[in-house]
Amino acid sequence: MHGAAAPTLNRGHHKRRAGRTILPTIWFTIPALVVYLIIVIYPALSGAAYAFTDWSGVGEQLRFVGLENFRKVFTDAQSLAALRNAVALTIFIVFVQNGVGLVLALGVHSKIKSRNVLRTIFFAPAVVSPVVIAFLWKYLFDPRPEEGINAVLGFIGLDFLRQNWLGDPSIALWSIGIMIVWQLAGYSMVIFLAGLQGVPQELHEAASIDGAGGLRRFRSITLPLLAPAITICTLLSVIGGLKLFDQVFALTGGGPGYATETPSTVIYKEAFVYGNYGYSTAIALVLAVVVAAVALVQLKWLRGKEVEA
Amino acid sequence: MRTRYGLGSLLRELSMIVVAIIFLFPVYVLVSLSFKSAADINAGGLGLPQPVDTSNYPTAWESASIGAAFLNSLTITFGSILLLIVLGSLAAYYLARVSSNVSYGIYILFLVGIILPFQLALVPLYRMMYEAGLLGTYGSMIAFYTGLQLPFTVFLYTGFLRGVPREYGEAALVDGAGHMMSFVRVTFPMLRPITGTVIILNAVFIWNDFLTPLLYLSGSGKETLPVAIYAFVGQYTAEWGLVFASVILAAVPMLAVFLFLQRFVIKGFASGLKG
Repeated sequence: MHGAAAPTLNRGHHKRRAGRTILPTIWFTIPALVVYLIIVIYPALSGAAYAFTDWSGVGEQLRFVGLENFRKVFTDAQSLAALRNAVALTIFIVFVQNGVGLVLALGVHSKIKSRNVLRTIFFAPAVVSPVVIAFLWKYLFDPRPEEGINAVLGFIGLDFLRQNWLGDPSIALWSIGIMIVWQLAGYSMVIFLAGLQGVPQELHEAASIDGAGGLRRFRSITLPLLAPAITICTLLSVIGGLKLFDQVFALTGGGPGYATETPSTVIYKEAFVYGNYGYSTAIALVLAVVVAAVALVQLKWLRGKEVEA
Repeated sequence: MRTRYGLGSLLRELSMIVVAIIFLFPVYVLVSLSFKSAADINAGGLGLPQPVDTSNYPTAWESASIGAAFLNSLTITFGSILLLIVLGSLAAYYLARVSSNVSYGIYILFLVGIILPFQLALVPLYRMMYEAGLLGTYGSMIAFYTGLQLPFTVFLYTGFLRGVPREYGEAALVDGAGHMMSFVRVTFPMLRPITGTVIILNAVFIWNDFLTPLLYLSGSGKETLPVAIYAFVGQYTAEWGLVFASVILAAVPMLAVFLFLQRFVIKGFASGLKG
């Protein structure tokens, strides 16, 4: 590291004392690295190793069981349901949350007078704890006809749309999706807004003079320049969707049956309710591989579509 | 084509306001039910509370130990963020300034932590904390959040530092200040904008986090707000007036901070995530 001084300094005028270098030493990064290795990397690696054992957390007894845990992950009805639910819910969130977020952003990014108030309103739920939000929606999803959303549907004459929102296995997962869209569409909106503010007005003006209509301008100018924002939004919702825990745990606990089980709720139950630590970490390893693979593929694919303004 | 406020804008304004009203409906339900007595709620309907009953709030405050939970959340959030700023900015100072294989390798190792789902480390870390006798302490939570959020914090600081001219810090070095002194006096103050983002994003995440505090702190008396609310609602299920009063009390601190600092918060959320 010695002698690697920046070229901008005129060394002739300044004699450096022996042993002093212009570059910071590795000791600057050691404290952070140690904490990170102890809290994240070491437990994650040992988790990956425990996935091949029958560890139950009691004493030191554990046995290497090869791929047995993984065979169970891909044959057990509960974990299969969890993986299916996570994929379905993630796709729902990626499209609906970001779609609504984009519409809100386009609506707020205009000359309307209420834009600042609207932006505040739409974003506010994103700073509140998901568990707290879930208890609000637990009431809104009350199955009784005179409560929550069902009461509103009755009030506006749409009685036939009343549902057993969380009790009907074919609907419960989508109810959770609706709640997440309500909480996080404003988050997507904020990221899209930052992207829209980077779209030069001149491009719109030029295209408009050339006779391009609103829709055409949106498709040819706004959308391509929004690509970085789309990358961030979809990446965030994919990672968040696959790892989902808080909202499900507080709303349905994974039920009815396995209808809203997610990998994270199964990981929690297997470890902390049944003490199947080895099996629980096997599900976590599958989840980690899926999240990493999807995130990397998505990043590569979406990055290819980005253009410079 | 500087659009003026015409008929199009008016229509757009009205439709956005309609969307906002639909969006706010859950909030109306939340607030109105929190001011209703149990009997009033059982009578059904979503009308305004008549008469307004404020008794849910003191009951919820007492039974859910909101005050204590608020202080617990504050201690853990504050302690974690302080460590994240110190450790994160120091690490980034090295990672952004030194270009060597070692530096690059460490940077990549940190980036892995951004994508890695923490679920993989969940069970082993819980056992580690258990065996070290740290469950139920502030220290366990602060150590946890510091380790968990360091990758993202280091990533933000490193990206920002690469855009800060290195001449300033070096001039101080040449004037005889040590590296640490030069960093503290010259470089760190220049990191103020990204430190703001680091504080905002980590504060919202740590304040609202649920699973790990549920595992580490349940029954310890050091429960954070989400865990306290979860335990409270478990006891008072279906007493919606009480539940909603507790929900509002838990949400108000973060919402208040958001309203006061909203320009910074929105900017932090919008900009801090650019990779």
